[in-house]
Amino acid sequence: MENNNNIAHSASYWQLFATFFKIGLFTIGGGYAMIPLIEEEIIERHKWIGKEDFLDLMAIAQSVPGIFAINISIFIGYRLRKKRGATASMLGCVAPSVIIILAIAFFFKHFKDYPIVERIFKGIRPAVVALIAAPVFRMASTAKVGWYNAWIPVTAALLIWLCGVSPIYIIIIAATGGYLYGKHKRKV
Amino acid sequence: MIFLKLFYAFFKIGLFGFGGGYAMISMIQDEVVSKHHWLTSSEFTDIVAISQVTPGAIGINTATYVGFSSISEAGYSSVFCLLGSLLATFAVVLPSFILMIIISRFFLQYSKKQAVADIFSVLRPAVIGLIAAASLTLMNTENFGSLQNAPQQFYISSGIFVAVFISAWKYRISPILLTFLAGIIGLIVY
Repeated sequence: MENNNNIAHSASYWQLFATFFKIGLFTIGGGYAMIPLIEEEIIERHKWIGKEDFLDLMAIAQSVPGIFAINISIFIGYRLRKKRGATASMLGCVAPSVIIILAIAFFFKHFKDYPIVERIFKGIRPAVVALIAAPVFRMASTAKVGWYNAWIPVTAALLIWLCGVSPIYIIIIAATGGYLYGKHKRKV
Repeated sequence: MIFLKLFYAFFKIGLFGFGGGYAMISMIQDEVVSKHHWLTSSEFTDIVAISQVTPGAIGINTATYVGFSSISEAGYSSVFCLLGSLLATFAVVLPSFILMIIISRFFLQYSKKQAVADIFSVLRPAVIGLIAAASLTLMNTENFGSLQNAPQQFYISSGIFVAVFISAWKYRISPILLTFLAGIIGLIVY
């Protein structure tokens, strides 16, 4: 797969857990903010994967369902130490958020009864909606959305928003449609 | 059986959650708010907000939180709540675990398959639609107030929405900073 002899072929379960714990801990705000950190840890520092392979891994982690950082952790862990390695890296990646959210869940119920918290969240809610809306336009160019295929996201959004169609059906229909269209196109 | 429902709902979210955190929001909302009523729309928005400012992916954060709160709501003790949150978190990562292990056996071949490229040529634009739907669905009176009943909140919310949208889209200001600023504004004006 790779001629590079500098690539590490093993790691302890603890190393995998600790490295991905760190990555999980600094993945704030979600999205792709943690890519530089992942690169630094798994390419530069531990040499668990080469640069070229990392690009392919990113493409795969993005195209498999599920959470990006988790997908990467499972892949690297499996490559080095098979299923147990995958489990150790995945647990490391998940642990920071589970611990923090559990602490919040324990206290949030009572915490929310304070008027001051409600005032803060009243300001934050519309901001969150805007933060979800913003990447729609930015990601549209990455996903190669142009005038000819803009009907796809528009129809998908309207079906979910106005008709209450489950996003799962949209995913299934889009994947099947893409597969059949590609097959048809090559036949013609 | 709430534990089974919880597992099934989050397994589905993990299995169909293409396109990262924001796209997953639409899926989570459909299961957790519309279908099972484990959270209200504003509670859900609060969790998204908490996810913006705490470590971890939104899929994990919501699974852990909903696993806890739905079991607590059903009247179980804290030990079961803890169990519920671990179960939901396990369910949301299980599909990734299975799929990534299968794929790593066929590593480089997978991404270069023509069929995969075909599927993603339509799936990628559709995922953009999913994200748009998530934000449209959350533009409701619970999050914004209404023009009739809470006009003051409605105008302030609309102002915050526009300001944050432009800052995030055009100027790429960090979501963490914007969430904090919106919280401070809320604290001052309400």
